[in-house]
This record gives sequence, structure tokens and C-alpha cells, in this order.
Amino acid sequence: MAIAPHRIIYLIFPSIIILAGLFVQNSYYLQVLTFIGINTLLALGLNLLMGYAGQISLGHAAFYGIGAYTTAVLTVHYGLSPWAALPCALAVSALVALIVGFPTLKLTGYYLGMGTLGFGMIVHIVFREWSDLTGGASGFIGIPPLDLGPISFSSGRNYFYLVWAIVMMCLVVSNRLINSRVGRALRSIHDSEIAAGAMGINTMSLKIRVFVLSAVFSALAGFLYAHFVMFISPGSFDFLVSIRIVTMVVIGGMASIWGALFGATLLTLLPEWLHAFSEFEMVVYGLILMVVMILLPQGLTRGVLDIYEKSKTRNR
Amino acid sequence: MLQIRNLKCYYGRIMAAKGVSLSVRSGEIVTLIGANGAGKSTLLQAVCGLLPNWKGEILFEKKSLKGLAPPAIVKRGVSLVPEGRLIFPPLSVLDNLKLGAYTIYRKKEHERAAANMERIMELFPILRERSEQQAGTLSGGEQQMLAIGRAMMAEPKLLLLDEPSMGLAPLLVEKIMATLSDLRNEGLTILLVEQNANAALKIADRGYVLETGNIVLQGASSDLATDVEVKRAYLGKDYDEFYEGRT
Repeated sequence: MAIAPHRIIYLIFPSIIILAGLFVQNSYYLQVLTFIGINTLLALGLNLLMGYAGQISLGHAAFYGIGAYTTAVLTVHYGLSPWAALPCALAVSALVALIVGFPTLKLTGYYLGMGTLGFGMIVHIVFREWSDLTGGASGFIGIPPLDLGPISFSSGRNYFYLVWAIVMMCLVVSNRLINSRVGRALRSIHDSEIAAGAMGINTMSLKIRVFVLSAVFSALAGFLYAHFVMFISPGSFDFLVSIRIVTMVVIGGMASIWGALFGATLLTLLPEWLHAFSEFEMVVYGLILMVVMILLPQGLTRGVLDIYEKSKTRNR
Repeated sequence: MLQIRNLKCYYGRIMAAKGVSLSVRSGEIVTLIGANGAGKSTLLQAVCGLLPNWKGEILFEKKSLKGLAPPAIVKRGVSLVPEGRLIFPPLSVLDNLKLGAYTIYRKKEHERAAANMERIMELFPILRERSEQQAGTLSGGEQQMLAIGRAMMAEPKLLLLDEPSMGLAPLLVEKIMATLSDLRNEGLTILLVEQNANAALKIADRGYVLETGNIVLQGASSDLATDVEVKRAYLGKDYDEFYEGRT
């Protein structure tokens, strides 16, 4: 059976994951790799909305948090199995996105940014102040680990495989979506809503649908995060986290599925590497981001591809 | 095919069309001439549902378009080539064309869309050559052809064009107009909004002149082309005299 060249990535990528799982013994590294997977889900969701449809959201950590808190509340307070809580977490996030999306997605540009920023802050305050349900500022403890029959995901390696299997599924889904009729319509909204409308594309409905999908991706990440660290607090879902997701998308490369992966990888690894700089950590972190943006303004993916293509033409 | 009666359009409180009436019969090219701000684009946007806030009557094939959203109007057979072309620059020429067929391009109708695509490539061979290229890298004239091709992908019965000659060299304008003329001969009905009255009146059957939201003149294009008022305002009669006086 022949495989189309652009599909080869679907073979290479899982192989890398499997090999990484086999050879990485250090549990700290496995943990970092798992976080990269969770962050990739976040960046992937936001990239669909921001990179492709051109709608900025500065409050995406809210959906991440809704996913995490919903599963935490349902499993701990109501004794639900995490697998039963998962669809609920996704549904709650989708519902909130639907309700918030209708009024906010009528806005454009800076105003949409402000609207979603406000939404993110409100949700963060709800997590912090509704302490009967969420445990308030001190956090939510005792979230159960994931099990699937005899397989326990409480070990670092199993959880790593679980997260990356889900990431791969989401990558494939996103890729197929982007290259479909609807995906083209999404990209057209980014360029001109008037022209998209003139083509007979219902721009509002499409924007809401991609907003909901992106919220579901974030909630999925939240679910995986909650059952991985088994403790959540409002600080993990605040404004800075929203900004970090936006940065992952921009640094990785807007409108690029693999950009989400690269952006999430860089932004997860950087703080780990920069521990050596102790109190200057944030300064170096900021500097690196500035340099990347100045040298590769279209993000890592496009930038690296450009350099590769240039070197190819030079060698000819 | 298209009847507009007493159309009033609003941008907030500003009235941009103040009771416009016009009609387009099946198989003709009708041109709507007017200066900047006369309300030409407003009128087109109202017809294709992009500007829902209007009063009066718009009938397409004897059915009202009131309250219909753009997708429904495109499905009925009205396509717009928007002002400034508004192609999708980062997408390939092919993807731009596919987007034109958004309302018909579903799984079972791939063949239909492919047939349309073939027809448009015949019409504008340059688009075939450039089909994999990013639309933003095309020249102005090619972009205009793409915009027209994209609108044709939806299989319109009535094609609305908003200033297709804008920013194009005279030779290209002629070429675009000749294509429109060919499309009409194949049975397409066209409403052409233009500032370039010279070019538009050459191919149109009838014309209307719009000034600050009102129709001030109408008639066969040959009559309009010789009308003193039109000559003075849009065809540059004074300009001719100026040169005649000098030579």
C-alpha cells in the first residue's frame, strides 16, 4: 500500500512519541513531555480560532479552567467516574462558549480582545470566590487519577501515552477540518468577512462553531491537566495563562497545525531550561520571545521553513 | 429578473439610497453609473443581503429578497463581485475558486463544482496557469478575473459587479468588459456598477445614473452615452473640449 508523502508525517510522529515513551526513563522529563502535550491541545484549539478564523481570544484559560473544575467537582463532590465526567466537562465548556460567543463574536479586532479578556477574568473570579464548590483560592485537592479497566494512568509513562494519543487525534481532526470546505471558509473569514459573506458563507454561525470547538479542545486539556496533577487552583487558569496560550500560537506560527505543537513545546521547555537563571528567569524568557518574534515574525514553523527553502535555492 | 422599487438603505441614521427604483431584465447588462458616495455599492449590498437594514422592495424572479441572509440569496442565483475584488490573498487561486462554490460544493456535488471550475479556467486561462499560486501574488487584473471567476462558481443567474475596472489599466478594463459581454451572450444577466461610464456604457444595454441616493437619469446606453449631462459629468466632455480648444 502506497502512502502519500504528506501523510508520512502521520507515521513519523507516532513513532517519535512511542520511542520517547520507551527511552525516556526520568519521570521529570516524562512529566514535562506530558505538559507539552496538554499545552499543544490548548494552542491547537486557539490556533483554529485565532490563526485560521482570525478571531482573537484573550480569555481562553477560562475554558481550560472550566474543563478542569467541571471534572474535579463531578468526580470529587458527586463521585462520578472521570470518564463520565469528561463529556460533561466538554459539554459545559461548549455551552459556555455558545452563550459567550453570541454577543462577543459580533465584535472585531481590539474590541473582541477586550470582550474575551473580560470573560476570562470573570470566570477566574468565579473559580476563586465560589469556594464551596471550587475550594476557592487555596485550590481543589483530591482529584482522582484516571483508570481504564486494568490500565492505570497514574504512572507517568501511561499518562504520557494517553495525552499524546489524544493530541495526535486532535491534530488529525484539525488537519482534516482545515483542509475541508469548512476549513477554507474559516480562512476566508480571516481575510474578509464581507467577501466571505458574499460567497454565501454564514460568517457568524461559522465563527461561533469554531469558537465552541476551540473551547472544547481547551476543556479537554483542562480535563487531562486536572487528572494529571490531581490538584487545581484558580492561579492555573488566570489571565497570564490566557496570554501564554496566545503566545504559543503566535510564536509557533499562526494558521499552522504544527505551529501549535512547536509553540507549545518551546513555551513549556523554556521555563524549565531557564531555572538556571534563577531570578533573571522571566527577563531571559521575555528576551527570547522578543528575539524569536523579531527574527521570525511569522512564527517558528514558517520561519524554519523559509530558512530551509532559502538554503535549498542557494545550494542549487 | 430583478426589480427594485423605492429602495431606501440606512447606515445607522444616514440614508444612503433615497427611494431607488430600477429593473434588470433577463439576459441584459444594466449599468449603474455614479460618483463616489452616490449609493451604488450600498444598493448592491442590499440586493445580496449583506446590508439587511433596508426598506422598499427587492424582487428577484418575482420573489422578495426581504429578510433573506446572503447564503439563501446566493443559492437563489445572485452573486456579487465585491468592490476592491476582496479575493483571499493567502489562499491559492484554486481554493479561492472553491470558496466561490461554497453553497454548492458538498460531497455529492464535487463533479458539478469541477465542471464549473473547468468552465472558468476556459474563460480565464491565466487562472489555470496560476492555480496553485497564492491569490495575493496575482496582478490586479488577474485578481479581478479571479474575483469574477469566484463569483461565477456559484452558478449565478444574476451577477452583480461593483466597480470591476477600479485601478486597472485601460487595456485590462477592455478585456474584463469583453468577458462580461461574452458572459451575457451565454445567457447571464449582469448588473454592473461603475464610475468608468465610458467602459460600462459600451457593453451595457441600458443604464441608470445615480446621484446622492437618487436615480437622476435612465435609458438605453446609446442614449446615455450621447446625453449632454452624462457627458459633462462622467464622460469628460469638458476635458475633450479643453483639448480641442488647444489644438
